[in-house]
Amino acid sequence: MKYITEFRRSELAEGLISHIKRSSKTPARFMEFCGGHTVTIFRYGIRQVLPQNIEMVSGPGCPICVTANADLDKAFALAQIPDVIIATFGDMLKVPGSRSSLQKIKAEGAGVMTVYSTMDALKAAEDNPDKPVVFLGIGFETTAPTVAASILQAEERGIKNYYVLSLHKLCPPVIRALLDAGEVELGGLVCPGHVSTIIGSHPWEFIANEYGIPCVVSGFEPLDILQCVDMLVEQVEKGQSKVEIAYRRGVRPEGNRQALKLMEQVFEPCPARWRGMGEVADSGLKLREKYRRFDAEANFELKPGPVAEPAGCICGDILRGVKKPADCPLFGKVCLPESPVGPCMVSSEGSCSAYYLYGEGRGG
Amino acid sequence: MCLAIPVLIKSIDDKEAEAEIGGITRRISLRLTPEAKVGDYVLVHTGYAINVLDQEQAEETLALLREIAEAEEAG
Repeated sequence: MKYITEFRRSELAEGLISHIKRSSKTPARFMEFCGGHTVTIFRYGIRQVLPQNIEMVSGPGCPICVTANADLDKAFALAQIPDVIIATFGDMLKVPGSRSSLQKIKAEGAGVMTVYSTMDALKAAEDNPDKPVVFLGIGFETTAPTVAASILQAEERGIKNYYVLSLHKLCPPVIRALLDAGEVELGGLVCPGHVSTIIGSHPWEFIANEYGIPCVVSGFEPLDILQCVDMLVEQVEKGQSKVEIAYRRGVRPEGNRQALKLMEQVFEPCPARWRGMGEVADSGLKLREKYRRFDAEANFELKPGPVAEPAGCICGDILRGVKKPADCPLFGKVCLPESPVGPCMVSSEGSCSAYYLYGEGRGG
Repeated sequence: MCLAIPVLIKSIDDKEAEAEIGGITRRISLRLTPEAKVGDYVLVHTGYAINVLDQEQAEETLALLREIAEAEEAG
């Protein structure tokens, strides 16, 4: 068991596709919240094998895409402070804020380093004791515990020049905001797999209980998505709405208690700005007072300047699931992976990037 | 962004481990999965193991999918 190829076997996929086609009688729109699911769905041509009854729409589950320009600008303002080294995951480099991107700022001489892990950022702080190293904390519940662990390690190792700009976001509150806005009617939700690895399946129960929407937690291999759709169809046809886990090898109902403990020790919920959705209460994480000395926002004076949004970009509408990339006049014309206008074309998990890469909505 | 991949733990040294993915060895942190043992497959996200994969559950899932495929083939 290597947990990869076993979940890509075509004969098992055929069985699931046949079962879905036979069971699905009611038209239903399912949202895959997570950008990683969007990528699997496109990479394996899953939309093409589903019956016409089933429509898949992408949700706001791409942390880079949902980070508001006002917050990106803060990160860029930090990068422009002399001696500051910004440590960030590579997919942040090209993301445009109001006026610039980390890539441009780096080309102008700012200290920007790409890291694979917060462990690399900690090492950079140890190797450069005279320079503040600021890790850009962008990510959902999957990533936040790893950042919490890095802050606790900095404390243990007495590293005094390590900071975090916490722009972390929490998924359940934004799904509630999305449903309350009432713009998109959903017949089912493909719940994010690795967010659920951390938080478990219980935090999704309000969606099934209060909104009557079937929820299934899915993994990221093609069989995982097909099994999840099959389970959603079954709930739809039986008129049920409950939370189920298809991704049982990777998700326990209670989540990862150790990760939750560290996350809670270091962070507390706060309001957060989401691109396209505005401010959502308790949907962000900030450092607790006890860890204030690691908080970049509390320790640096940031002057990010006025916020500007790219003219014509509809990333916000796409993230809410009310429009598709092909509805955007910029898509595939001026907004391209090599010269992205909006973040959904930058991140490999962004809807626009996935649509573009796999040819959907590009015409021809 | 929430990408996590299954890797095999080869050895453990306190809160870190040597893990193998596709023949390449990489150092990972076990701070979020203190229960991980040598020989376990863990899901790794940005250098941290976030979960010990459950082999029994994986086999049950595959057995269920085989049942569905056989039933569909039998029509």
